[in-house]
Amino acid sequence: MTPLLKVQNIKKYFPMHGGLFSKVVSQVRAVDDVSFDLNRGEILGLVGESGCGKTTLGRMTLRLLEPTGGQVFFNDEDILKLDHKALTRLRPKMQIIFQDPYGSLNPWFNVERIIGEGMRIHKLADAKNLAEKVEEMMVKVGLLPKNKKRYPHEFSGGQRQRIGIARALALHPDYLVCDEPVSALDVSIQAQIVNLLQKLQQESGMAMLFISHDLDVVKHLSQTIAVMYLGKIVETGPTEELIREPAHPYTRALLDAKPSTNPKNRAKKAPLPGDVPSPMNPPSGCHFHPRCPEAHERCKTEEPEIQLINNNRSVRCHLFDPAGK
Amino acid sequence: MTSFSWPARLSGAFLLVVLVAACFAPWAAPYAYDAQDFMNILSTPTADHWMGTDRLGRDLFSRVVYGARISLFIGFATTFVALVIGTIYGSVSGYAGGKTDQYMMRIVDVVFSLPDLLLIILLTVIMGRGMAGIFLALTLVSWVTVARLVRGEVLRLKEFPFVEASRALGAGHFRIMTQDILPNMIGVLVVTLSFRIPLAILAESTLGFIGLGVSPPLSSWGTLTNDGWTAIKFYPHLILFPSLAIFLTILSFNFLGEGLRDRWDPKGASRI
Repeated sequence: MTPLLKVQNIKKYFPMHGGLFSKVVSQVRAVDDVSFDLNRGEILGLVGESGCGKTTLGRMTLRLLEPTGGQVFFNDEDILKLDHKALTRLRPKMQIIFQDPYGSLNPWFNVERIIGEGMRIHKLADAKNLAEKVEEMMVKVGLLPKNKKRYPHEFSGGQRQRIGIARALALHPDYLVCDEPVSALDVSIQAQIVNLLQKLQQESGMAMLFISHDLDVVKHLSQTIAVMYLGKIVETGPTEELIREPAHPYTRALLDAKPSTNPKNRAKKAPLPGDVPSPMNPPSGCHFHPRCPEAHERCKTEEPEIQLINNNRSVRCHLFDPAGK
Repeated sequence: MTSFSWPARLSGAFLLVVLVAACFAPWAAPYAYDAQDFMNILSTPTADHWMGTDRLGRDLFSRVVYGARISLFIGFATTFVALVIGTIYGSVSGYAGGKTDQYMMRIVDVVFSLPDLLLIILLTVIMGRGMAGIFLALTLVSWVTVARLVRGEVLRLKEFPFVEASRALGAGHFRIMTQDILPNMIGVLVVTLSFRIPLAILAESTLGFIGLGVSPPLSSWGTLTNDGWTAIKFYPHLILFPSLAIFLTILSFNFLGEGLRDRWDPKGASRI
């Protein structure tokens, strides 16, 4: 079976202008040569620190941002080659939930209008049954239908996020990008929203790309995890396996960085030294080598290729190169 | 939302009175603007002539009321047209971005760097003294400011996730422009309108004062001050009352503008 979404060698370089005539002096490689597959009904968790290109990648898979290179196949159709009309036709099948529950809802529209907007654009409902479908959606995401005439500013952050979810799911997408949907919310609300997303995913069987910097959230939801560092995916694998035996030193560091509730487990390992390097001027060789506890000479000069550990797992690290270190 | 402060309310009330008087000038003014009273030439304010009369015996109060018509019409009409043109131009420029935006804004820069007064004088000279020339000239110099402001707002608003959400839903450019961006600019536009109108009134007065206003016997506040200043030593009321009308109206617009800004646009972006 072919995957629902197939991303191949996708890149996004942002030009940096400088000098008197604002020539392009360099490029920021926000996303650099990333490939992955997403099967129907699968949840892929995309983890990484701020600024590593997760959001850029997510937006490119929906073609909300034009990639610099690469291909994105949705149902075997290269969406980067589609014209505006064909892309619009495909839009209902791929939706997105945003991080910021405040900026992602137009303050001029009431909830009914916001949730119904997609159905209105694609003429998926007539006037009468639009109202019904909107109410149905509201119930589904845990909002009271009697509040449908209210405006976004009358809701709390968690409720607003529910409105955003209803807006995306009203079109019954096959593929949903969740761009850090809970990181702007209180911890208590986070769990509610994550559980809601899980429930809705199980009901509809849609595939999800769940972007987060929080491994815990991703662990809870996804079957597969991809770890990103400075624009590249450094490790992928089934969630359980990856958590149990992280291969890439960066993944290990991420797992160790999690504060433990058990005092005996605390402070066993030193946290990762240094900051994430600037993507404007990434380190030579393996981008992770200046912070890597296991870096050796080769890492400073040569960029590692993707190595398969087994059928499901891959890692971008010299330690796993069968040709030796 | 806060309620309006008392200066804003008072200003609003005053402007309403002026506006009604201007609209219904034939009823609001005790005399016609060109009616002469030969018994009372250059009289100081009396019970018959509240603001006195000019050298032809015309009632100054009536002329100020009729003058409000022209001054306010020029103020509102030029600002409104400039706002429409500027909004469309600025929206297209900001939304399109890239090269289009750059070229469109360079044109704005060119128009912006032409000296306003010189341009206005040239145009009124070419078009002849009259409403059309003044209207065209004032519109020409004021749409660029609106265009710049609107472009900035569009650039800011189009980065909001709700715009991206609309794109993800499949909304076209026109839909995004008219439903996501323009409505969220209304506050800024209303405030701009209230600050641009007095500027246009002032510009019209300046033109009238330097002798490029409407032709007599019509009067605008500007031409009235022009009539008045020659006799400023002996008959100061002739310049005092028209100037006062200009002054109070502009002041009121500014207070009202402040009030509207507090209410619609407290931080430059009210509802988001």
